[in-house]
Amino acid sequence: MIITKAKPEEELNEMLKPYEKLFVVGCGTCSTSCMTGGEEQVAEMVKKLGDRAIGSAVVEDPCDLRIARKELKEFKAKVQGADAVLVMSCGAGVQTVGDYSKKIVLPALDTLFIGQTERLGKFHDVCKACGECILDETGGVCPVTRCAKGLLNGPCGGQVKGKCEVGKYENDCAWVLIYDRLKEQGRPELFELFRPPRDNSKKVLTQHHVF
Amino acid sequence: MLKGGLNLTNRPAYSQLVKDLRSGKFVLTGELEPEKVTSLDEIIISAKAMKPYVVAANVTDNPLAFAYMNSLVPSWVIQKEVGLEAVYQMTIRDRNRLAIVSDVLAASYLGIKNILAISGDHTVLGDNRGALSVYDLDSAQFVYLLHKMIDEGVDLAGNEIHGKVGINVGIAANPNADPLMPEVLKIGRKTKIGADFIQTQTMFDIDKTKTFLKEVEKYNCPVLVGVFPLKSFGIADFFDKNIPGVKVPPELLASMAKAKEEPDKERRSALYDEVNLEFFVPFIKEIRKTTKASGIHIMAVLYERIFGPLLENF
Ligand code: SF4
Ligand code: SF4
Repeated sequence: MIITKAKPEEELNEMLKPYEKLFVVGCGTCSTSCMTGGEEQVAEMVKKLGDRAIGSAVVEDPCDLRIARKELKEFKAKVQGADAVLVMSCGAGVQTVGDYSKKIVLPALDTLFIGQTERLGKFHDVCKACGECILDETGGVCPVTRCAKGLLNGPCGGQVKGKCEVGKYENDCAWVLIYDRLKEQGRPELFELFRPPRDNSKKVLTQHHVF
Repeated sequence: MLKGGLNLTNRPAYSQLVKDLRSGKFVLTGELEPEKVTSLDEIIISAKAMKPYVVAANVTDNPLAFAYMNSLVPSWVIQKEVGLEAVYQMTIRDRNRLAIVSDVLAASYLGIKNILAISGDHTVLGDNRGALSVYDLDSAQFVYLLHKMIDEGVDLAGNEIHGKVGINVGIAANPNADPLMPEVLKIGRKTKIGADFIQTQTMFDIDKTKTFLKEVEKYNCPVLVGVFPLKSFGIADFFDKNIPGVKVPPELLASMAKAKEEPDKERRSALYDEVNLEFFVPFIKEIRKTTKASGIHIMAVLYERIFGPLLENF
């Protein structure tokens, strides 16, 4: 799931300052699960904005152009009449609403990462969408994301008691996790592999995916 | 994807350091740390002071992710002005593969014979915490790139280099790592790709040093054990608190704290020296006598006066 968090109050107010009439769009998928852009948070936002909120809608998938178009259809006049659309979803949703409406769009949330949910309100950054998944070789633990340096041949010298030098030794060192997992699974030889440098051009050149 | 070991050509010893290591001599190296300065006077003084004792000196590259003078220029200057061979440290924190190739070509032109290929401490530990860490490559892939440049005359994409890169490659190791096995296996990976020597993180614990040396013996790559004589209590304390995985033994820290109480500056310095000699002379002797270590890497930055007394019995 795409993990988002609400922008700090002050930052949000500053961003909204120039606009008098706002239409608020929420997200029925990830941001609902994150409790950052669901029905409840949209209602709160509308309440907070008072008269400035001229309408609102929670779109099932605001990042899907077809769904955004379909579900926002009935609000077309209001959306077009607003000075800006405040979107409570990840960056993909914000951009999609913008592409569809051509209005000024404002992100109410900061998009953090593709995350694992441990429990409601506790998420972990686990995938950077690197374009070439190697989890088969690393015991199902992603070094691209969970190693602070994204090393493909770790660990670095900054590992202390299995914890990472980045973040005051509170996070697990991904490479120690990988080592333990591969050992547990009886595949320790995978740890000793040398992984050659990545072809970063692949990711850079993948702006679109069509099949 | 290329997996497993490579077929390395037998790389010649380009540097005096590697020649000495291969000849079986017990080798000593020093360390120089250019800081946020525009002058190299202090580096030259330090280099001159350590020259009688060491075969080469590392020149650090933005250690702890502090933005300092680059390490290539001082590496060249100590070779040219002082006649002290440099181990040019390069982190991949600050360079992508293009920048590495550029710097290695420049280093070749300047006559640099050793590169220590390291990851580098993460930028969030440094003095410009908002900087983006590069890590286009990791240190193993960096060693691989160096292997390509040195042994095959090409860069990572296979583009030909015009001229010869005659450089030996060192890697860093942390015997303090806990758990140790992932660290050991990582060293194994890198030695197979083309490392000529290993320099370790600062060691205070003789047992950990011995365990590590035993574990990496199978890789057949000479190891220089890192020691860090402590010039003052302040340095000892900073070290204890800030260097990943390094703990100054409490007794040593206490002796340093006691020495700090001495009000007379000269006597205090003498006390600090005494404490260091008491700890490190037997430490180094023990390593030399009982292990297969090839030498000692002495990180006595701005504390060159300790070299004489520390090493006089070698
Ligand atoms: S390797 Fe990591 S970042 Fe890449 S796709 Fe797999 S989980 Fe995501
Ligand atoms: S300590 Fe582990 S997780 Fe942290 S940067 Fe080093 S290898 Fe990566």
